[in-house]
Amino acid sequence: MEFFRIRKDIPFMRHALVFNVISLLTFLLAVFFLFSRGLHLSVEFTGGTLIELNYAQAANLEKVRESLGKAGYSDFSVQNFGSSQDVLIRLPLRAEQNTARIGESVMQALAAEAPGATLRRVEFVGPQVGKELAENGALALLLVIVGIVIYLAFRFEWRFSVSAIIANLHDVVIILGFFAFFQWEFSLSVLAAVLAVLGYSVNESVVVFDRVRETFRKTRGLTTSQVLDHAITSTISRTIITHGSTQMMVLSMLVFGGETLYYFSLALTIGICFGIYSSVLVASPLVMWLGVSREQFVRPKKQIEGADKDGAVV
Amino acid sequence: MNRYPLWKYVTVALALLFGLIYTLPNFFGESPAVQVSSAKATLKIDEKARERVASTLQLAGIENTGIFLDSNGVKVRLRTPDSQLQAKDLLEKQFNPDPGDPQYVVALNLLSSSPQWLTNLHALPMYLGLDLRGGVHFLLQVDMKGALTKRLDAISGDLRSLLRDKTIRHAGITREGERLLIGFRDQETRRKARVVVEDNLSDLSLADQGEGEDLRLVATLRPEAIKRLQEFAIKQNMTTLHNRINELGVAEPVIAQQGADRIVVQLPGVQDTAKAKDILGRTATLEIRMVDETPGALELAQAGQVPFGSELYVERGGMALLVKKQVVLTGERLTDAQPGFDGQTQEPAVHLTLDSAGSRIFKDVTRDNVGKRMAIVLIEKGKGEVVTAPVIRAEIAGGRVQISGRMSTAEANDTALLLRAGSLAAPMEIIEERTIGPSLGAENINKGFHSTMWGFAAIAAFMIAYYLLFGLVSVIALAANLLFLVALLSLLQATLTLPGIAAIALTLGMAIDANVLINERIREELRNGSSPQAAIHTGYERAFGTILDSNITTLIAGVALLIFGSGPVRGFAVVHCLGILTSLFSAVVVSRAMINLIYGRRRKVGSLAIGQVWKPAGSSVTAVK
Repeated sequence: MEFFRIRKDIPFMRHALVFNVISLLTFLLAVFFLFSRGLHLSVEFTGGTLIELNYAQAANLEKVRESLGKAGYSDFSVQNFGSSQDVLIRLPLRAEQNTARIGESVMQALAAEAPGATLRRVEFVGPQVGKELAENGALALLLVIVGIVIYLAFRFEWRFSVSAIIANLHDVVIILGFFAFFQWEFSLSVLAAVLAVLGYSVNESVVVFDRVRETFRKTRGLTTSQVLDHAITSTISRTIITHGSTQMMVLSMLVFGGETLYYFSLALTIGICFGIYSSVLVASPLVMWLGVSREQFVRPKKQIEGADKDGAVV
Repeated sequence: MNRYPLWKYVTVALALLFGLIYTLPNFFGESPAVQVSSAKATLKIDEKARERVASTLQLAGIENTGIFLDSNGVKVRLRTPDSQLQAKDLLEKQFNPDPGDPQYVVALNLLSSSPQWLTNLHALPMYLGLDLRGGVHFLLQVDMKGALTKRLDAISGDLRSLLRDKTIRHAGITREGERLLIGFRDQETRRKARVVVEDNLSDLSLADQGEGEDLRLVATLRPEAIKRLQEFAIKQNMTTLHNRINELGVAEPVIAQQGADRIVVQLPGVQDTAKAKDILGRTATLEIRMVDETPGALELAQAGQVPFGSELYVERGGMALLVKKQVVLTGERLTDAQPGFDGQTQEPAVHLTLDSAGSRIFKDVTRDNVGKRMAIVLIEKGKGEVVTAPVIRAEIAGGRVQISGRMSTAEANDTALLLRAGSLAAPMEIIEERTIGPSLGAENINKGFHSTMWGFAAIAAFMIAYYLLFGLVSVIALAANLLFLVALLSLLQATLTLPGIAAIALTLGMAIDANVLINERIREELRNGSSPQAAIHTGYERAFGTILDSNITTLIAGVALLIFGSGPVRGFAVVHCLGILTSLFSAVVVSRAMINLIYGRRRKVGSLAIGQVWKPAGSSVTAVK
């Protein structure tokens, strides 16, 4: 079996501008949704209480809401979680309430109107924890970006590291944009998925860049865009197969992993799809426009002084 | 050129064997067990307790599959959950004859059923996280500010009595935030006071302030003293928590420090959060009272006629003791209790430190009661226990009390611990709580397992269909990766959580990348007309650089998560990072070893079973097996 029977290099770079405009538009759209709708942050970030209940029959959400309201709770949300028997209740943080007893008092409140529930899970997060998590998340993101930029600049060239990180941050923002648009719950595991995607799709760009460097060194007389076309074309089969395989695993998590892994795998799915697109069709044009050329990789021994014109040489 | 030296094959074989051995315990599952551990700091579980468990079970005819003694206590492995419950009831009766005053914790537990020889190799199964086995998780924040003000208040009392003793007149001592202000009328007194304070309270750093009539000495705690105070506070709180949790009868509680001022408490299997919280938040109090030594009163009390104003207690060690109800001092006056040695006799002793108000009262009481006994009573859950009841030998001034005589070093340690455990050093607050029901845990394991299995199956099917023999080799390498990863996690005794399982799945999904890279590269070499042997060689060679680069970028993301992540994210990160490292080995070395074994020995290789290699040159497609 061979899926990819490509006779000639595909002229990706001819349409580079089109791709970049599409990216820019998606990116701006994502940013717009991030600001206009905001992320629907989970209890882990905002603080509050999460209670998961299980009923033997389909739960009557109206009754549950009613009895919570009667018990003096406000701003709560009640929804099904996975199946009609499972109910998820979210309660905001409240200063005057004895948070330590919230699980029991909810169960008591429900006992009158909507009995028969078993407590599956209670999660309470205080305000200071949430703030810290958000800060640590941002720091982790920053560390990943700085680490990757430095590593790629060291292994390749600054042009590559800058375009790789821009391309992949664009993925991250788009994932966040999806979460903002659909108001999917953004939890700690989604954050982990986002960071994993960042590492993973940079790795995609690295594979292409590796080819670019090799092609520059091996062949003469090709223009930069031809070199990029060749590098992308010769790695495209690997790109699709690898991502397909990873996606199979993620899909399996999406299907079998249940509610807890659902958004985690969803974030990965979006990340993988946009990862292919961005590393091939965003990072490469960026490299081209940043002015990568053959001289940066080939340094003939006789003219060492002259080679250093463009700054960093690896 | 595609031959490995023998040592490389041996390394791969050894690595696989290692992976197999350390992964194995995870497959044996767990069998029901009962655990007997000590409920009191003073009670040690030893070989005798083990024998007692064995003989108790033997007498009742309950069959077991092994009795083990470790640092946690005695564990008995049983065949069925029924006999587990039976054994628990029986041991409970045997070890705690008085249910009101339990000496031991008898709890249900699960033990790995892996055979003894694996356990001897330290091959133990992974520990399941709370989200997989059910239980309660608390994150407690220790209020360090509270501990600090408490300490400063105690110091201000000390300062007052110190200056009074030295007859230095001051114009009042007040606490302002985290500073103490001592007022003075003239320079000379302030200078004298400064010398005295510097000599006696080395924890304070002093600064002059004010002028004219309004002179002040500003005292703050030195940074190292604050650090010591915080370390002490968190340690003491953990000790106290430990003692309290023992009462819940949890088999393997986790009590660990997190960061500078937080404590994680995990109670696997506990569902009753309310009770757990009650016990965690309870405050025990310590009281010092006089012993009622009226002749004949003790005998009367034991016969049931307790004199008015006294209470009957049992001293640790079983002696009955009549103690007056009137409280001389409470634990709040006690600032520290440390085990040590008597300055003269070198006997083990416990050194107590009282604050200034406490010292004054103590001085008066001891002066009036030389030769009599006093009792130190620890009251918890409204029930008292006499920790120790020493005889007063002389008047004790200065707030430094020493209890010595007829004590072993271990006893001195335990007494000091109990005295300190009387109260929490600093207030605590629950800032995070998670309760996971047991059914949810089991479901989570199933979900994690199924998603990994089906994902793996899908990848395997595709790889074999697309790359034939090379695909099979890749799949075997991927399986080896899984084996190494699980083995490493078991060896590190990492806690497996649902995000951890997700990370295993994701790592496998990403690890196949390396093999895809290699296989594609070999096809490409073949397409360019290389001989099969050369194609394998250059394929692996060229792909390696790319694999290394791409894995390092992924690793950078993993490490960032590891540093900044907490809780579930950290679990994810650990697995992710380890998985990247194992995948480098399995995808490159293990798969190459297999390919070398298959193709490297043949002198002439006609074609490689790597699937169809399509050549653009002509329309005649060269199909290779």
